[in-house]
Amino acid sequence: MTSSIDQPAYNYKVVRQFTVMTVVWGVVGMLVGVLIAGQLVWPALNFDVPWLSFGRLRPLHTNAVIFAFGGCALFASSLFVVQRTCQTRLISDRLAAVVFWGWQLVIVLAAISLPLGYTSGKEYAELEWPIDILIAVVWVSYAILFFGTITRRKTSHIYVANWFFGAFIVTVAVLHIINSLAVPVSLTKSYSVYAGAVDAMVQWWYGHNAVGFFLTAGFLGIMYYFVPKQAERPVYSYRLSIVHFWSLIAVYIWAGPHHLHFTALPDWAQSLGMVMSLLLLAPSWGGMINGIMTLSGAWHKLRTDPILRFLVVSLSFYGMSTFEGPMMSIKTVNSLSHYTDWTIGHVHSGALGWVAMISIGCIYHLVPIMFERERMYSIRMINIHFWMSTIGTVLYIASMWVNGIIQGLMWRAYNADSSLSYSFVQSVEASYPGYVVRFIGGAIFTAGMLLMAWNLYLTVTRTDTDDETTTEEKTPEAVSA
Amino acid sequence: MDINFLRALSTLFIFLAFIGICVWAYSGKRKSAFEEAANLPFADEDESQRGN
Repeated sequence: MTSSIDQPAYNYKVVRQFTVMTVVWGVVGMLVGVLIAGQLVWPALNFDVPWLSFGRLRPLHTNAVIFAFGGCALFASSLFVVQRTCQTRLISDRLAAVVFWGWQLVIVLAAISLPLGYTSGKEYAELEWPIDILIAVVWVSYAILFFGTITRRKTSHIYVANWFFGAFIVTVAVLHIINSLAVPVSLTKSYSVYAGAVDAMVQWWYGHNAVGFFLTAGFLGIMYYFVPKQAERPVYSYRLSIVHFWSLIAVYIWAGPHHLHFTALPDWAQSLGMVMSLLLLAPSWGGMINGIMTLSGAWHKLRTDPILRFLVVSLSFYGMSTFEGPMMSIKTVNSLSHYTDWTIGHVHSGALGWVAMISIGCIYHLVPIMFERERMYSIRMINIHFWMSTIGTVLYIASMWVNGIIQGLMWRAYNADSSLSYSFVQSVEASYPGYVVRFIGGAIFTAGMLLMAWNLYLTVTRTDTDDETTTEEKTPEAVSA
Repeated sequence: MDINFLRALSTLFIFLAFIGICVWAYSGKRKSAFEEAANLPFADEDESQRGN
């Protein structure tokens, strides 16, 4: 303890706040998801109340899970990692508080305005212009906090996780500001400055890079710190991580047009988007292999450590969805999959399997450090949560694959006289069993989040741990020592 | 000069940049620096560095 005087004391307060809110918003956002999945099975669940209609709650669900749950996980992990790997405190505690409270205000405003029906109509960018300005202010504060801390680092090298976090912060700022440019006509209504196909292209340049930089680069930052940390060994190849970084960010930015196949977007732009999406397989799998191979020589840890299992299985889902994505961007495949539930399945294979599971693993790693506990209250609960997440995700994506292929095939089926074989409502009817299975899968995943919230509550409020799991966990060496 | 010549040139430029990054990352000279960097997550495990 004598050395503590010349050691930097980190700002853990802001990390702790974001860690807790990750769990809170995860539960809220996923409950909304389960409700709207239920509405597709039992339409009466909207209770004929406009605020609870599917069209209003669906953007609330996507905003809550991406920006509230995912966002808080990214703030918590990036502000933790930048301090730990730069061995210096955040440049400003006040700015950190601005980022935390500003972001919570954005979330609350979204939770109020979206059910009321205020929307700019752009997917994943539905919030109206006053909230967009607030987001920009909070984001720039975050960028100053993060990069300012890097400039004060005590280490010579900037660790690769910070490169990914940095790319995520810069790119999201550019995407958000350019896509949200609008002409306000009142406090609650604005019109985009872009029109027609250009508007669509700007929107999906934003939309796909929300996936590429918010939901990928940011979470790869989490991967590059927490996987080595939890496995207690350095990343498999630091050199590969550098090639991974530059190739991923160079290619991702061009992939947006694959959202606009067979639309009014010029054909060459569609083909370019398809080729760039196909190329993305290489950096994506390079990163996945780098993360998974970090465990080489330590595979046995997967048997006893459910947190590591969360992290590694998330990488498996990342590998799956980054194979599926390029495949779906091929025009001939896309002509079957586009506008069907296959897309929803693909998104959730990434969102539940990759983003949520790596965040959950990261939060389970962070909570004991933030609350000065030896470990989470119950390791057994983490293990149960792991299986609930995995089973929930598999049920969700499998049912949506089946639904998507059924819908795609029914919509393109022609009779001999070239009339359509099926009406749209027949494809809806055929999708019904899939909607039931999806609801069950989503409910299981969300129940796992509630278990996590309970485990978090016990860890924070009690100083002891679940004895049962302690004895179970004891390794032979620990017993003999 | 045709605009397509510049477009082709940019593809070539990106390709060369990629090769350059690979050569730089995998050069023997940088091996020890990268090993040190890879260990950064473990460089501050002193318990006295607890935050507040």
